[in-house]
Amino acid sequence: MKILVCISKAPDTTAKIAFTNNNTEFDTNGVQFIVNPYDEWYALVRGLELKEQHSGSVTVLNVGTAENDPIIRKALAIGADEAVRIDVNPTDALQAAKEIATYAKTQGFDLLLLGKETIDYNGSQIGAMVAELMDLPYVSLATKLDMNETTATVSRDIQGGTEVVELSTPAVISAAKGMAEARIPNMRGIMAARTKPLNVVAASGASASTTISSYELPPAKGECHYIDADNVGELIELLHNEAKVI
Amino acid sequence: MSILIYANTANGKIHKSALEAVAYGSKIATDMGTNATAIVVGACDDTDTLGEYGATKVLHANDAKFNSFDPSVYTKAVTAAVEAEGADVIIFSHDFTGKAIAPRVAARLDAGLVSGAVDYPKLDSGFTVRKAVFSGKAFANITINTDKKVVSLLPNSVDKAPVGGSATVETFSPEVGAASVTVKEIIKESTDLPLTEAEKVVSAGRGLKGPENWGMVEDLAKALGAATACSRPVSDMDWRPHHEHVGQTGVAIRPNLYIAIGISGAIQHLAGVNQSKTIVVINNDAEAPFFKSANYGIVGDAFEVVPKLLEAAKAFNAANN
Repeated sequence: MKILVCISKAPDTTAKIAFTNNNTEFDTNGVQFIVNPYDEWYALVRGLELKEQHSGSVTVLNVGTAENDPIIRKALAIGADEAVRIDVNPTDALQAAKEIATYAKTQGFDLLLLGKETIDYNGSQIGAMVAELMDLPYVSLATKLDMNETTATVSRDIQGGTEVVELSTPAVISAAKGMAEARIPNMRGIMAARTKPLNVVAASGASASTTISSYELPPAKGECHYIDADNVGELIELLHNEAKVI
Repeated sequence: MSILIYANTANGKIHKSALEAVAYGSKIATDMGTNATAIVVGACDDTDTLGEYGATKVLHANDAKFNSFDPSVYTKAVTAAVEAEGADVIIFSHDFTGKAIAPRVAARLDAGLVSGAVDYPKLDSGFTVRKAVFSGKAFANITINTDKKVVSLLPNSVDKAPVGGSATVETFSPEVGAASVTVKEIIKESTDLPLTEAEKVVSAGRGLKGPENWGMVEDLAKALGAATACSRPVSDMDWRPHHEHVGQTGVAIRPNLYIAIGISGAIQHLAGVNQSKTIVVINNDAEAPFFKSANYGIVGDAFEVVPKLLEAAKAFNAANN
């Protein structure tokens, strides 16, 4: 079974969010970058588990510049067999999806896995776009994935419940919490990652269809209005008269 | 040109988030001097409701092949409607269905997509849509540069009062090909209002000490007409069902009122709730970081405060109904 896991680079969850250049660029100064958690904890680890069950290979793919190599090595340390980096800094999801689809079309993968969204742009777009561009079935927000031969059985979150679906491979699946448990790379994995192949592929030249005009930080929250624990009726009154939410 | 809105259904009825999406699309249509058409895919017996929210026409693709949700099939139905209507702007709700098909439609049309929009587009210099980024820690204003534009609207973001119009409903029979995803089973965990659409949410964390103490949380939620939610440790320990988990790895919500009981407010939890309009924090630890993000705070023991709050809420209901 040939599995492709798409990984994105994202700022660490605790990173301070600030902008430069007249609020048009994310200020990466002092920001630690990580593998996007949904890609790493759920998509990559489930990909590795499936490989362990069925044999085959796990390739990780990132669309980005050489600055992303450390996070790609982390994915190799966790256990991916090889990595591919498409050498362009994409500026929107459709551009990245086109690059992924152009590459993946020629490689004969059985399964394309990725996280449900990135924690920076929170778009939840790339998986569905890649599926459409490759004309493949797609299941979003999958919490469970099992494979046999050419059929995938997937549980996905729906409004107020879970839906169990079956589809034939090749297919694209976006992973959410529940699909796997995060793995911490061990020393052997970290050593092995240094010599695993990381192939750099030229971009196909797809262009972006959106541009970020500006960023804004949310308006500062006012001071918390404390209410005495012995006078909670005041809270109900404030929620009704001041906040107007009840 | 026109505006096309995908109107989601649930159990054969127009879904609440669809009304908001239609109201949103109709306002854009008015601003752009055009009409709003809604497309409904699958069985639905109240399509005419969409007229009340501003759609002037409803295309209803009602065929057995739409009975189970296959994103690829639904995508083809929506893009066929885009062609039939000559639509330039396509609106979805950013819910479970919208997340699965809006990006496919965008890719198929080679159109720019902004997902999770929180406001109407600014039209004075192009088409610029605001959305939350960095898990709610900032906003980005994103300009769509393609002729066709796709926007998915974060539920509970704009006003959705009915405008009192009416729509003509037409049967729509697009060519969509065969389904590639077969639904084997649907497991219903809750028949309540989905968390992502609830306007009020009462949520509790580890401070409640055990699942047997959730009765007062449920009672308070009921008295306020709110949905219940929980923090990650609570869902990890199986005190509460998985679908109630709000936060970075759970669902992200944006209610008008979020009441957090016995939740310290770790950054991963805040990422899922910091878009809430009013936040109330009840915690016995005055140093809990959540108070920094709260509009209202009560420092006190949940087991004393919540029952009192429940009484106050009941008294309020009795006085106002």
